[in-house]
Amino acid sequence: MPFAQLREHARGRLERLGNAVTSNVWRLGFASRFLFYMVLHSGTAMRRFRLTIAEIYFAGVLSLIIILVSGLFVGMVLALQGYETLQRFGASESLGVLVALSLVRELGPVVAGLLFASRAGSAITAEIGLMKATEQISAMEMMAVDPIARIVAPRFWGGVLSMPMLAALFSAMGIFGGYLVGVQLIGVDAGAFWSQMQAAVDLRNDILNGVIKSVVFGVAVTWIAVFEGYDAVPTAEGVSRATTRTVVTSSLAILALDFVLTALMFTGGKAA
Amino acid sequence: MQQTPIVEISNVAFGYDRTRPVLKGITLAIARGSVVGIMGQSGCGKTTLLRVIAAQFLPTSGTARVLGQATSQLDREGLYGMRRRMGMLFQFGALFTDMSVYENVAFPLREHTQLPEDLTHDLVMLKLQAVGLRGAAQLMPAELSGGMARRVALARSIALDPQLILYDEPFTGLDPISFGVIVRLIRELNDSLGATSIIVTHDVQEALGVVDYVYFMAAGRIIAQGKPDEIRASDEPFVRQFVNGSPDGPVPFHYPAPEYATELELAGS
Repeated sequence: MPFAQLREHARGRLERLGNAVTSNVWRLGFASRFLFYMVLHSGTAMRRFRLTIAEIYFAGVLSLIIILVSGLFVGMVLALQGYETLQRFGASESLGVLVALSLVRELGPVVAGLLFASRAGSAITAEIGLMKATEQISAMEMMAVDPIARIVAPRFWGGVLSMPMLAALFSAMGIFGGYLVGVQLIGVDAGAFWSQMQAAVDLRNDILNGVIKSVVFGVAVTWIAVFEGYDAVPTAEGVSRATTRTVVTSSLAILALDFVLTALMFTGGKAA
Repeated sequence: MQQTPIVEISNVAFGYDRTRPVLKGITLAIARGSVVGIMGQSGCGKTTLLRVIAAQFLPTSGTARVLGQATSQLDREGLYGMRRRMGMLFQFGALFTDMSVYENVAFPLREHTQLPEDLTHDLVMLKLQAVGLRGAAQLMPAELSGGMARRVALARSIALDPQLILYDEPFTGLDPISFGVIVRLIRELNDSLGATSIIVTHDVQEALGVVDYVYFMAAGRIIAQGKPDEIRASDEPFVRQFVNGSPDGPVPFHYPAPEYATELELAGS
């Protein structure tokens, strides 16, 4: 008898696990079809480009403050911590290289991506979700206007175009922060700071790879944000859940993709 | 009227899933130019029926012919082509909250026509004048009262001069004055546009004053139909309960529950 019970229990567990797996795989497939459909119906977002420009304003320009301030602080901290380590090896002149490479290759895209997910991604999800909850999406469908082409695609492209620019500004601001702390505060030689940075940062291996990362993160975050909004249960609770899911899923996606991309771009120092 | 009906529903069944049918064998025909009410209790399937007419849902069996086309045979282009000749007023208006009143009404024009800006402007003003809100053109939806929002939404849904206008609970939550305004507008717009209107509502007394014909629904079926006077005089118990608003009758006051005494454990004592 206890064995039969145990078996039932195990089967129940297994069934729940199976259900969770199939429903998640199903959702991923649905999200992929959604992305495909959206890209296919991006004509409106491209032809009437001011729709996309408005979204670049909302996702990009309105995120500027948080991105710039965070970049500044991250750069300043990098300079302090970097100097601490470098001076032990008598290499404090290389501070500029350390700050720039850390930002351009890694921290710029990743931290800007995380901030973008919580600032712009959550806003996109909440906006689309609320439009759905207040029947604005249905109303658009009833007016024979495809909401994916008219509402979703411009937001998607607005986010995708904003993200690399935000990451670049984050890195630039971070390097400035590093300069303020390293050169102005600690007293590293300004000439060494800039010239070593210039000599060591490679356009293709460092900057281009950083840009590729930020583009990939931009696609991932905005895709998750628009999908979660469009797929949200149209109630107050549903929209709040969808918004939370956007931030959590896209943050995890950024970190996981960052590892994959870094591994793919890893040359073991040969390329440099 | 010998013309073909603008909406022809024959033996339509629909359910969100297999176990719960919402519509069971609905048959109705709506004549061009009329204002028709679909009434019944909340949850009887009347809004679902409206969505089947709007082709937002396709019938699981039976056919729905709207504006001369069977909705289940339309592809995306055909569907959007049909909806361009249709207007729908949502329960709370569903105005686009990020656009002004003017832009909301201009939206269908901008999306579907290539009209020059001054002509768009004139058309928007014409539609806003018809609902009495020309002066509110520059307001945002958040600045409007419920009744005003509904009127703007009405102006938006008639922007392309539809042949068929669908109203989903247009009277919900309106004060008596706004209520009267909407009732009058529905009739006037229908007659001046030469359109056909379908109103889904549970505000029976008020709606009976504006419609030409009524279908009464209960539990996914049509249980009574007729002209307003016939409905008022009907001796069908459900219709009587509904028209008079009696708390008890064929629709019981109590949700199905075990015996009261059993629940309070008084049965044995």
